[in-house]
Order: sequence, then C-alpha cells, then structure tokens
Amino acid sequence: MEVKSEMKFKWWHGALILALLLAILSPLASSSPDGLERVAEDKGFINAALEPFFEIVPDYVIPGVTNEAVATILAGIVGTLILFGIGYGLAKLLRAKGEA
Amino acid sequence: MHIPDGFISTPVAAAGIAVAAGSIAYAVKATNKKMGEKQIPLMGVLAAFIFAAQMLNFPVAGGTSGHLIGAALAAILLGPWAGVLIMTCVLIVQSLIFQDGGLLALGVNIFNMGIVACFVGYYLYRGIASLFRKRKLGIMVGSGLAAWFTVVIASVACAVELAISGTVPLGVALPAMAGIHALIGIGEGVITAAVLALVLATRADLLELQKA
Repeated sequence: MEVKSEMKFKWWHGALILALLLAILSPLASSSPDGLERVAEDKGFINAALEPFFEIVPDYVIPGVTNEAVATILAGIVGTLILFGIGYGLAKLLRAKGEA
Repeated sequence: MHIPDGFISTPVAAAGIAVAAGSIAYAVKATNKKMGEKQIPLMGVLAAFIFAAQMLNFPVAGGTSGHLIGAALAAILLGPWAGVLIMTCVLIVQSLIFQDGGLLALGVNIFNMGIVACFVGYYLYRGIASLFRKRKLGIMVGSGLAAWFTVVIASVACAVELAISGTVPLGVALPAMAGIHALIGIGEGVITAAVLALVLATRADLLELQKA
C-alpha cells in the first residue's frame, strides 16, 4: 500500500491518538473527591463553594446523553480535540509572530 | 486542585487574575522567539494529553482521588513559559466549558497549577537531572521527583490563598493540603517519568528542544 508523503504517519499523530484513548478511558476514573474537595469536606468549608454562573458541560458529562459513560467519553473527546486545536493554533500564531 | 468560586475572597481572586494576566503576556513574548516547527504539534498534543489525563482521577488513600496536573511534563518538554501557556489553555477550557474551577478563581488556579508548578518543576528537574552522570537516569529521577514536588508546592500555594481569604486557618489548611497532595503527587511523578521514558524511547530529540 502506498502512502503519499503528506499523509505519512507522524509522531504527534500517535500522541494525539494516545490522548484520545485516555479520553475514552475517562468513565473508569475514580469519582471520589479530589484532594482539595477532601480537605474542604473534612475541614468544613465545602459549602463555601458557589454554583457556577453558567453550565455548558458540567462534571465532564455531555448533557442530554442518557448513557453516562458515553456522555463522559464524548466530553473527553470533545475537550481533547478542542485543546489540541488551541495548543496547535496558539503555537502557530506564536511562531508567525516570532518570525515577523 | 481546581479551586471553585467561593473558596477564595474577591481580593485574592483579583490578585490571581492580575498576576496570571501579566505572566501570560510575558509568556507570549518569551515563547514566540523560540517557537520552532517541531514545537507546534508538541504544544497541541501536550495540551490535549494534559486535558485527557486530568479527567482520569486515580484513587489515593481514604476515599480521595487525584489526577495529573501536567505542568512539570509541559515545562520539561517546552520550557516554563510555554508550559504556563499550555496550562492556561487547559485551565481556561476546563473552567469555561466544563465548569471545573471557578471563573473568578481562574487567575489563582493558573497561578498555582500553571506558573508555580511550571517554574518549580522546570528548575527542580534541571537541578536534580544535572546531578546524574547517566543522562537517562537523571531525566527519570529528576522528572519524577520534580513532578511530585510541583503537586505539593501547588497545594501549599492553594492553602495559603484559602487562609488569606479567611476560608480556613493556615495551620489547618497547610498540613491537610500538603499531606494529601504528597500522596497524589506520587501519581504525578510516576506518570511524568513514564511519559518522558516513552518520549526518550521514541523521539528523544524532543527532549533537546530546550537546549537549542
């Protein structure tokens, strides 16, 4: 099978796939409180937390998807792709600016 | 360790936003001169990887969980200023879209998990790694220990901010935050060293970008 040079598999394609695989594993994550939440519960200031001003994808669960594992995986994939785009785009902008 | 709104006072939140904004502006200046062709996809995949890895909470003692921060990894591979930019991107998306970390607390979260963690992680890594004659061993030990410490130092910063805000006394917050994060940090150290081992085995040249 011939692969055109511009289609060649690059190292960062593998790295992005690895990140997406992690996102797919996200329903396996522990739902226990994290370190700060644990301390806030134990030391009695957890109720100081305010509700968010608005909610888009709260708790990494895409709203409207009934299966929670699927909703979490979707949120993970969407977020991972958004951050790849932002990181890549920002780096390209910075490089263009540096060369100017 | 994403601080929600309400845990910190308005002056502390405002100071965090001011420090974060100034640092980001400087980071843009500091990184645009050093940005090469290889760094472009690396910044993209690091931001993506750190976001995905942060979703994977692992259990630690006593019904508590922790997750990777990723600042040490980003700073070791791309330098502290680019690391600050990557962590800022991750924290902004988490706060705006996923409601993880408060909007007003965004500056303080960028300070703790971006600025403090990237700079402490980067220079501690360089210091420890330089003590080893075997380069690979130095990278493994240096990145593992430095990454562990970034979690502890970020939690100390968080405890100080909570105390200044009057949310909880420092004598209560400091040992509790540092104690639990000393455990969570072990995960950070292991993951960071493992990812760098993978980079060394596949694309060792990416670890040289900082020296250029």
